[in-house]
Amino acid sequence: MNKVAQMLLVLTSIGILAGGLLAMVSEWANPLIAANQKAATEAAIFRVQPEGKNYEPVQNAGFEVYKVMDEQNSDLGFALVYEGNGFSGKIRMIAGLSDDLEKIIAIEILDQIETPGLGTKIVEEPFTNQFLQLETNPNVAWVKGVEPSKPNEIQTITGATISAKAVVEILNNGISRLKKLRDDGGLQ
Amino acid sequence: MKKQVTLQQEFIKGVWDSNPVLKQLLGLCPVLAVTVSAINGFAMGLAATFVMFMASLIVSTIRKTIPPQVRIASFIVIIATFVTIVDLVMKAKFPDLSKALGPFIPLIVVNCMILGRQEAFASKNKPGRAIVDALGMGAGFTIALVILGGIREILGSREFFGLQVLPDQFEPWLIMILPAGAFLTLGLMLGVVNMYTDRKKRMEHESIIAHYKRVGREELIEELEVK
Repeated sequence: MNKVAQMLLVLTSIGILAGGLLAMVSEWANPLIAANQKAATEAAIFRVQPEGKNYEPVQNAGFEVYKVMDEQNSDLGFALVYEGNGFSGKIRMIAGLSDDLEKIIAIEILDQIETPGLGTKIVEEPFTNQFLQLETNPNVAWVKGVEPSKPNEIQTITGATISAKAVVEILNNGISRLKKLRDDGGLQ
Repeated sequence: MKKQVTLQQEFIKGVWDSNPVLKQLLGLCPVLAVTVSAINGFAMGLAATFVMFMASLIVSTIRKTIPPQVRIASFIVIIATFVTIVDLVMKAKFPDLSKALGPFIPLIVVNCMILGRQEAFASKNKPGRAIVDALGMGAGFTIALVILGGIREILGSREFFGLQVLPDQFEPWLIMILPAGAFLTLGLMLGVVNMYTDRKKRMEHESIIAHYKRVGREELIEELEVK
């Protein structure tokens, strides 16, 4: 009996002390972590909307999208955060779109776990720069092995076709959802 | 009779004689997974060392209070507490590093190297000795990870700690950043270490035999008796 009591007492006190310590650390760390995440999102928004000076999240959209404004507080366009499946896991990206949603201003890949050296090229500029000023009507399309000839086309990456196609698909899904939201009047 | 071991020997034991990665082959999951670059290996090593240091200190201080039936549970709670602290601090202060190490920081909780040190050493020794043991093991772990990460980073992305060391003409070996590269590099490292240990042992044997041939049986026995 005595032994059981000691076991209970020791484990419980270790648990209580550990819990108290963790509560203190997390009290200190949580605001910093939130600030880091906010800073990361903010930096990404202004990278895909280089002329943006100000932004506000679109409420009740059901996904992450921000309205971006310039110095005079007039609308520049949107920054859309969207994710989907890549070759070996989720790809999360942000795209800057013009105010009428007809043009992509720039894109950036936020999170990905594609194959190092092949799929990870979707993060690099030779690939992402293809999306500069790309038209979104009709949907963004991809070509393989030849130079893109239409204003809505990009070229896939040799050895990482699936990753490149996934980016295009995620982008198209996100943009069509955003267009639907606009048609339903959710962007006013 | 317990052999007298100096604190210095206790430290060297972790770095070389029973290095957790190269000799005991413990905690290999993070070893293989995070070592795509030297800095990742270094950060992982430091994180594990800190956790092991704190856990050893506390476990060894309260070693007489913990009933043997619940010792493993107590060790795990203590280890998990410090791992969570490391995770939170990294997320708050070093977000980039935390992103690179991803899920492997929380996984330090179940690293058998740390639990192994608590069970095999900290729970049987005084705090001073336990923290030296933890620091030695941690140093051995970190050194092995930095070497492994360094080799993979140099060959896989031409860089060492983020600085380019090989010319652009050198085509990076992709396989070194892929999981297979970790297995190949670690295997070769273990081979080199074993080769060195074997050679040292053989040379010791040979010197004993040579000595025996020189002095003859009787004198050798006398010599040993004097010792």
